[in-house]
Amino acid sequence: MTSTAHRAVGQPIGRIEGPAKVSGEATYAAEYPVKDVVYAWVVQSPVARGTLKSVGTADGTLAVLWHGNAPAIEKVDDPELAVLQSDRIGYRGQAIALVVATTLEAARRAAQVISLEIDEEPHDALLTADHPGRYTPETVNPAFPPVSRKGDFDAAYAAAPVTVDVRYETPALHNNPMEPHATIALWEGDDLVLYDSNQHPPGVAATLGEVFGLPAERVHVIAEHVGGGFGSKGTARPNAVLAAMAAKVVGRPVKLALPRQAMFSMVGYRTPTLQRIRLGAERDGTLTAIGHEAVEQSSRIFEFAEQTTVVTRHMYAAANRYTGHELVRLDMPTPRWMRAPGEAPGMVGLECAMDELAEQLGLDPIELRIRNEPAAEPESGVPFSSRHYVACLREGAERFGWAGREHKPRLRREGNWLIGTGMAGATYPAMVQPSVARVRITPDGSAEVAIGASDIGTGARTILTQIAADELDLPVERVRVRLGDSTLPKASVAGGSSGSASWGWAVTGACRELRRSGKDEAVFDSTDLVKKQETDGKHAYGAHFAEVRVDADTGEVRVTRLFGMYAAGRILNPRTARSQFIGAMTMGMGMALHEEGVLDPATGDWVNHDLAEYHIPVHADIESVEAAWLDERDDDLNPMGSKGIGEIGIVGSPAAIVNAVWHATGIRVRDLPVRLDKLLTAGL
Amino acid sequence: MNLVVNGVGQALDIDPRTTLLDALREHLHLTGAKKGCDHGQCGACTVLLDGRRVNSCLVLAISQQDAEVTTVEGLAEGGQPHPVQRAFLEHDGYQCGYCTPGQICSAVGMLDELKQGWPSAVADDDLEAQIRERMSGNLCRCGAYANIVPAIVDAR
Repeated sequence: MTSTAHRAVGQPIGRIEGPAKVSGEATYAAEYPVKDVVYAWVVQSPVARGTLKSVGTADGTLAVLWHGNAPAIEKVDDPELAVLQSDRIGYRGQAIALVVATTLEAARRAAQVISLEIDEEPHDALLTADHPGRYTPETVNPAFPPVSRKGDFDAAYAAAPVTVDVRYETPALHNNPMEPHATIALWEGDDLVLYDSNQHPPGVAATLGEVFGLPAERVHVIAEHVGGGFGSKGTARPNAVLAAMAAKVVGRPVKLALPRQAMFSMVGYRTPTLQRIRLGAERDGTLTAIGHEAVEQSSRIFEFAEQTTVVTRHMYAAANRYTGHELVRLDMPTPRWMRAPGEAPGMVGLECAMDELAEQLGLDPIELRIRNEPAAEPESGVPFSSRHYVACLREGAERFGWAGREHKPRLRREGNWLIGTGMAGATYPAMVQPSVARVRITPDGSAEVAIGASDIGTGARTILTQIAADELDLPVERVRVRLGDSTLPKASVAGGSSGSASWGWAVTGACRELRRSGKDEAVFDSTDLVKKQETDGKHAYGAHFAEVRVDADTGEVRVTRLFGMYAAGRILNPRTARSQFIGAMTMGMGMALHEEGVLDPATGDWVNHDLAEYHIPVHADIESVEAAWLDERDDDLNPMGSKGIGEIGIVGSPAAIVNAVWHATGIRVRDLPVRLDKLLTAGL
Repeated sequence: MNLVVNGVGQALDIDPRTTLLDALREHLHLTGAKKGCDHGQCGACTVLLDGRRVNSCLVLAISQQDAEVTTVEGLAEGGQPHPVQRAFLEHDGYQCGYCTPGQICSAVGMLDELKQGWPSAVADDDLEAQIRERMSGNLCRCGAYANIVPAIVDAR
């Protein structure tokens, strides 16, 4: 079908937009030059629960909007978008008013000094494992059953000769993409134009259309460059609605960029999780019972239930199984997607518990995992389309230098450093979603590919160029990919590690249709093909390995080496793929050692809501972070044989580090992050 | 007020509370310098003031009327990208690109500090450790650090 003359897929081609990014020419949402633009600043609730009675006025402003004067908008599925519509306050940090002024300085100042009359009510912000408000949600994200059972877990666990019963906790985590959520909104007649930082231009257009009672095609969303999202920009956020509403009221374009502090409450975060893991095993390490339960939180105004223990349904063989989720609704902001929702926190519990089981058995933790490798999906029995987990464990161990590792902890010391190694498995579902792409041959013989996708830094623009180049037998220089615009053919969200598979499928289809038809334009919609696919049994796999050193006096943890070995389908561009893997592993290091939203229950707010106090990994934390992958191609998945790779790097990498800290020190820290004070109080 | 940005004089009639970052982004439409936190905590807004790197969100524009401001847009010479810019391309020293102009400006300033023997918290001669320490005010949420440091080493 295609010749090999220009074979681009699989080549380490540099990012198409790289020169624009290093020169400062790449334009992000708040940066578009728009004539007569004015500025908005959000007023956030200073209380966690109550009623807003009134909002004062401020000199030098064009408008002060609140529920007492804001225009009515339509209700949509996401109640967080019903901004300025009600006097009820659902959480501290909720947008309760919006100030608009001709300058940023004036808007900001007015928002700071404006008077608010609020009837405050007692609130409940603290998640506990025995919270009386616990309940089992009907589904967990996006639509999984909250509970699964197979065999008789209780009996098998009670009868098991070796058991582990441990509780692991992960804290609230905040996405914090470097580019704050931002929107410039302008009305052209009854049509709405939004320059908006998001992961899904067609979705944002459809939602904003619903909010303002417009058909989606009357809303034009532009997101050419997006400064990261990590899930927090997956759907329209309140900033888009507020900017559009304000622009309508003042009759001028309005720019609203959220301050960093607002990103800790207004755009979603990863729920804290309180997990209990029970493993029952034979003395040879064969698992007979796996139990994994999680207690999590959501807000009063919206139920988001993270699928924390769903990953355990897929990972290891055992005849008797139980997974469950309980939710507590608190006077807190609504949690949402953050990179690998479910898998990332769930694999902390499961993979640390597996390490504890290996310790009890005196067995190598890799060997323990190999002994429990399932032949098919452990719960449903559906065959795996491809599963090279054991190969990742073996090859990763070889490359990392795992052989000869002592099972017992705290045996290596160099000077004041206690040294240890740890590992954990990784997995992420190989998802695909319906998308549409158009390809057109221009008069000079070049190709233009159009798809309403969003490149949030993944390399989507580049790999779609490569895919189209191969399908059309053109050099990459003669393919131009247009994306980041809701007027282009409808693409799925840049989320769930599904972008390349979903958009690549549509682009491949359009290119093949173009060649088949002999015409100079073709459109392809993958919806029917995608909907026919079996979704179970399709996952990417990996193994993470960490070497840490811990200062015996201060408890400081340094990650000397972090290595990921993956089997994630066909790698479309090794350069951008490696960056995805190591980038997510770096975020995994943050999850293990640095990141936590610290709750002040008295105010119902995160006390560390900025980048000075919410610590993410910095240059000085990174010594060696490296990724490698097996040759894998899974043609059951999509025409490229690829699996998603954006999230798997944060799945298991935190557990590998936590397990390495145990190996270095003999201390199991079961509430993340592993801070030095926790090691010191544990008797380091 | 008057500013000199990338060698060009600019007359501005703006609110005296305007930060250098907002003057660049909102009034001169030089949006290469990014606003990530507006509090000097992320480094995305890093520019050079008389060759020295600063967080432009922490500087009032009105206080810099005598300085030469260099932004990422002003680093290229004769249409050729700066060696640090080239090295970022070669090493894939970014993903989303939002921290990138700040990383690049910071690296340019940092390499000069290194050349001049400015002290750092890292005492040893390990060049990569030195760079990591000196670049730690520039956050990258995509986690491109492991590519950025080799890029800076190459550009040195």
